[in-house]
Amino acid sequence: MSTTIEEDAQESDVEGAAEEKPEARVGLRYTLSQLKRDPTAKVGGYIIAFFAVIATIAFIDTNVLAWFGQQYWIAETFWVNPVNDPATTQILRPPLGLTNDLHPGNPGDWNHVLGTDHRGRDILVRLFYGTRIAMMVGIVATGIGTVAGVIVGAVAGYYGGWVDDALMRAVEVLYAIPFLVLVIAFMVAFGRNLVFAMIGVGIRTIPVFARLIRSEVLSVREEDYVEAARASGVTNWKLIQRHIIPNSFAPVLVQATLQIGINILVIAGLSFLGFGAQPPTASWGQMLSKSRGYMLPAPWFSVWPGIAILLAVIGFNLLGDGLRDALDPRIQNR
Amino acid sequence: MSEADTLLEVENLKTQFFTEEGTVRAVDGISFDVNEGEIVGLVGESGAGKSVATSSLMRLVEDPGEVVGGTVTFKGEKLIDFEEDTRGELRPSDEMLSNAQMRKNIRGNEIAIIFQDPMEALNPVFKVGSQIREFIEINRGFDEDEAKELAVDMLREVGIPEPEERYHSYPHQFSGGMRQRVLIAMALACEPSLIIADEPTTALDVTVEAQILELVDDLREKYDTAFVWVTHDMAVIAEICDRVNVMYLGEIIEEAEVDDLFHDTKHPYTDALLDSIPRPDQTTEELNPIVGVMPEAINPPPGCRFHTRCPDAREICKQAEPVYQDVSEPGERPHHVHCVKYEDVGYEYSDPLDTEATGAFAGDLMETETEGEADD
Repeated sequence: MSTTIEEDAQESDVEGAAEEKPEARVGLRYTLSQLKRDPTAKVGGYIIAFFAVIATIAFIDTNVLAWFGQQYWIAETFWVNPVNDPATTQILRPPLGLTNDLHPGNPGDWNHVLGTDHRGRDILVRLFYGTRIAMMVGIVATGIGTVAGVIVGAVAGYYGGWVDDALMRAVEVLYAIPFLVLVIAFMVAFGRNLVFAMIGVGIRTIPVFARLIRSEVLSVREEDYVEAARASGVTNWKLIQRHIIPNSFAPVLVQATLQIGINILVIAGLSFLGFGAQPPTASWGQMLSKSRGYMLPAPWFSVWPGIAILLAVIGFNLLGDGLRDALDPRIQNR
Repeated sequence: MSEADTLLEVENLKTQFFTEEGTVRAVDGISFDVNEGEIVGLVGESGAGKSVATSSLMRLVEDPGEVVGGTVTFKGEKLIDFEEDTRGELRPSDEMLSNAQMRKNIRGNEIAIIFQDPMEALNPVFKVGSQIREFIEINRGFDEDEAKELAVDMLREVGIPEPEERYHSYPHQFSGGMRQRVLIAMALACEPSLIIADEPTTALDVTVEAQILELVDDLREKYDTAFVWVTHDMAVIAEICDRVNVMYLGEIIEEAEVDDLFHDTKHPYTDALLDSIPRPDQTTEELNPIVGVMPEAINPPPGCRFHTRCPDAREICKQAEPVYQDVSEPGERPHHVHCVKYEDVGYEYSDPLDTEATGAFAGDLMETETEGEADD
């Protein structure tokens, strides 16, 4: 396969022969085609796609339909038994077909496939809405960290000298403060809600990206095309935007994918400690936190959100690894 | 050579690199000029300071390098100009263009550079066409459609087949020769008055090189662009240049019209350089390379810088700093040379230096040495 690509490339390299273009080894399409060849990356991609679809539906159901006064319309219309009826609610129901100590001889049924929580709410519905929070916080927090980190790191690496020293030392200070202390202090100062959790975790992610891209920029800035661009009158800022960052971005993309998984875990941890999404908003971390008290009578209550977190993190990790392979030219021909 | 059509005038340009080992005098007081529509060669061995000289013109020398003296005048504007301040130290004069002016008015617009390695000089992540388009947008203020049209025209102009389609290709989909054409298209797109070509054909094979040289010659006639052609290849110089400057260790040691340089060579270094060109009708044993390697520019030899390797070196060469002077007969075209042989400082009466190059000692040793080098 690889040899034919190279032959194609050489053939059309002949002057004047502009027949068939060789397969581009850059660009989105090529990266995607590489990803498709990688079974683990595919699995990761499917997991994330699955969660993304769920999160989108949940988002529409809560945030978008709320504008039309139809909040929860999707869930109420299509769900088996979404509405809590206080008269019939049973707390800590086991999942379908299983029993637990609170409900002996009364196995779980289709009304609550995964069982109910300590207030009698359907766990599946809570997971469904929790997906929205998990995906959002993972992507937004990582996005904040990536954008800020890339700008800081690229500027530091490009200019070098005292700019580099100042920016990178500042970033290292950020790195040196224990993570939880930093984020919790941040939230205590600004308010205990999800927005500040995302911003806090995002800021905390800056050093990862700043250091990563700086090391890339150090080699990219010595490239001839950067010199050529400078010689053609391009401003420094435009140079960073158009030449430096795009050419240093591949490892950042990989790291960002992995980091989304990490940040989902981290914010679930914050929610577990009570610093993330506040009740009654459903989030995986918070469900896990609440289930702690019912571990013995209703073990499945804590297993489900755990599985959800695990799957999301694994999905992003697999995709990130696949991206790394796809973007690294050295592993291309395997 | 009348004053009116002088495009670029470089006087006593000095660029130094301040390293931990000491100050490297990479360009040490060079002077040359370029007339409109003229191709001026800048030739010399690797490390002679050719590339530093060209990036100094554009004020693109990077840390730890710095332009420390001299004047560069381009179309009446001072690209580089120094004056003494009250304490007698040199500082940039008020007439010198600011960095922003350099960027906006000069780079790309008036002076463009074509780089040595066409493989490296295009950004690999963007399509060739959009790079040219962007370059045009930045320098000529065209909107996107106009710029695209001009970019396609330029690609056609430099002989790229099916320019509309190739506009959408990535750099890696071009061969080396095609990429060099793209770079030439890019440089010409803004119709600069001067293009600095930094060894543009060194990375290409000879057939492609010939095509590129022909292309450049055609385009020069069409656009009336002047070139500073940096190379170490005397054959290219003979092919394309009108006038030649020969550089050695940060200095220009000979300057002449191209025919005069080849047929009436004055400086022993130029002579030696011409002698060391490999020719198809010679074996490597017959080749006559210059003895030794170029000394470090940190600590250049006293007197004439070439005396350590010069076959004509005499005692006086170590002591007297040669003067860069015009040695042409009255009525001839100017021919500048930087050698004590043409000065009245007593070269004739001086004893030959005892170096390997002069062949004054151990003739056998020299022969074996040269053979050894040739075998390498």
